[in-house]
Amino acid sequence: MKPILDVQNLTMRFGGLTALDNLDLDVNEGEIVALIGPNGAGKTTFFNCITGIYKPTGGDILVHGSRKESVRLNGLKPNQVTEKGLARTFQNIRLFPNMTVLENVMMGRHCRTRSGILGAVFRGQATVREEQKVVEDSYEILKKINLARYVDELAMNLPYGAQRRLEIARAMATEPFLLLLDEPAAGMNPQETADLDELIVWIRDTEKISILLIEHDMKLVMSLSDRIFVMDYGKKIAQGTPEEIRCNPVVIKAYLGEEMDA
Amino acid sequence: MDWEYFLELFLGGLTRGSIYALIALGYTMVYGIIELINFAHGEIYMIGAFTALIVATVLSMLGLNQVAILICAAVAAVVYSCAYGFTVEKLAYKPLRKAPRLSALISAIGMSMFLQNYVLLAQTSDFLPFPSLIPDFEFWEPYAHIISSQELVILITTFVVMILLTILIKFTRIGKAMRATAQDKVMAALVGIDVNQVISVTFIVGSATAAIGGVLIASHIGQINFYIGFIAGIKAFVAAVLGGIGSIPGAVLGSLVLGWTESFFTGYISSDYEDVFAFMFLVFILIFRPAGILGRSDTQKV
Repeated sequence: MKPILDVQNLTMRFGGLTALDNLDLDVNEGEIVALIGPNGAGKTTFFNCITGIYKPTGGDILVHGSRKESVRLNGLKPNQVTEKGLARTFQNIRLFPNMTVLENVMMGRHCRTRSGILGAVFRGQATVREEQKVVEDSYEILKKINLARYVDELAMNLPYGAQRRLEIARAMATEPFLLLLDEPAAGMNPQETADLDELIVWIRDTEKISILLIEHDMKLVMSLSDRIFVMDYGKKIAQGTPEEIRCNPVVIKAYLGEEMDA
Repeated sequence: MDWEYFLELFLGGLTRGSIYALIALGYTMVYGIIELINFAHGEIYMIGAFTALIVATVLSMLGLNQVAILICAAVAAVVYSCAYGFTVEKLAYKPLRKAPRLSALISAIGMSMFLQNYVLLAQTSDFLPFPSLIPDFEFWEPYAHIISSQELVILITTFVVMILLTILIKFTRIGKAMRATAQDKVMAALVGIDVNQVISVTFIVGSATAAIGGVLIASHIGQINFYIGFIAGIKAFVAAVLGGIGSIPGAVLGSLVLGWTESFFTGYISSDYEDVFAFMFLVFILIFRPAGILGRSDTQKV
């Protein structure tokens, strides 16, 4: 299996605080990988470093996408990272609340389209065709993710579960090869979580997008993941298959504290 | 009631308001995207008027006809103002993007003073006569005193600019990117939008409308000096706040309301208190609707 994301010795310091400490992590093509750890372990910071929101203090973030050569992501801006083929969702929902569901997905197509201001003003052939294509592609994604019936609703009026799915739809619209999901199941009821489980597997199998997710719902993590990385205090404390992680004493200690005997 | 007089005041207010709107749009668009009150915006408008004056003077010495001069002067004003708007953002605001908002505000005030004094030194402190570039023509003859042909040209131009702007924001790729950036900058970047580029475009578009406003007003009033940007800027800023800053329809509505208020109060009461009425009305509106007429109070920021 070929690695598509390869993070080596990633370090992030905020002043005196080391939020990420020499972290190694890799995701192979076609894998679902989970990143878990207690609150404040640095999981979201890790995502922020990879997607260009933070500029890491040290280490390397390498991606080997569909294009031949590998790219180093350190120091790229978020929009450049997205162009390279990584997409993410947030722990707290960050849709464009005053746009319709369709427009939200269309925004995701932004980095894959080109037409400029002049084209739009004069309605050139190419522009009209491109626009038509964007609408069609976006609608197609909504149909796949089962949101087509909300197409013209404002994003803020959607039920919670649907908003979460819309975030994933928008991320998919950027044509990523790796999707980063930050607590996709947070706040979902058991039915919504089950649907999400199905959706994530479907994205991996049918859309051929590898997945790296942060999640606290252990049932979901254990059933979905091919491999799991565990973090605590900015360090990686364990990695392995769900089976290995389940009975790893270090992990149990990190989650339950010292005095509990594993 | 004298309906003809009323109509005259109404159309006068409409003209005035539509000019305010051209400037107010720049304030409100920039505020919508980076939550900064760009105090140097009035100066961009003033620079537009000066550029138009210089170009018009040169061209009229060459003996071009009036319409050609108007078009050349307007294009030059737009290009020059856009260049200034773009540069001001890069020099004075971009380095402070992550600083507290107050720093950028002070920077904006500094930029405003700098540009005023730059024009004062490079040009003159006197009022300069501005040639009447908008052609006078006959139309609607028996009622021509109610609305002059110049006012008509101003109204039509403003209307066309508004429509173009609406198309730009509603339907184009960059317009969508602007709306997305206004709603959530980080998320916009994560769907692949180059936020810096969007901010630059916003400044350029705002400067262009201000420059068009500058040419129209200068030609209508007939004189300019380095200080006109400050006065017009304050009025347009008031209009933007009145309508709800950050909202584009709000800026247009606020400008029209302000134009009518001034026009009717001066027409029916006294012209000595023009500004007093305008600001009194602002205070009155803000007491009852602190976010402005179309503004929404910002409660959903996470």
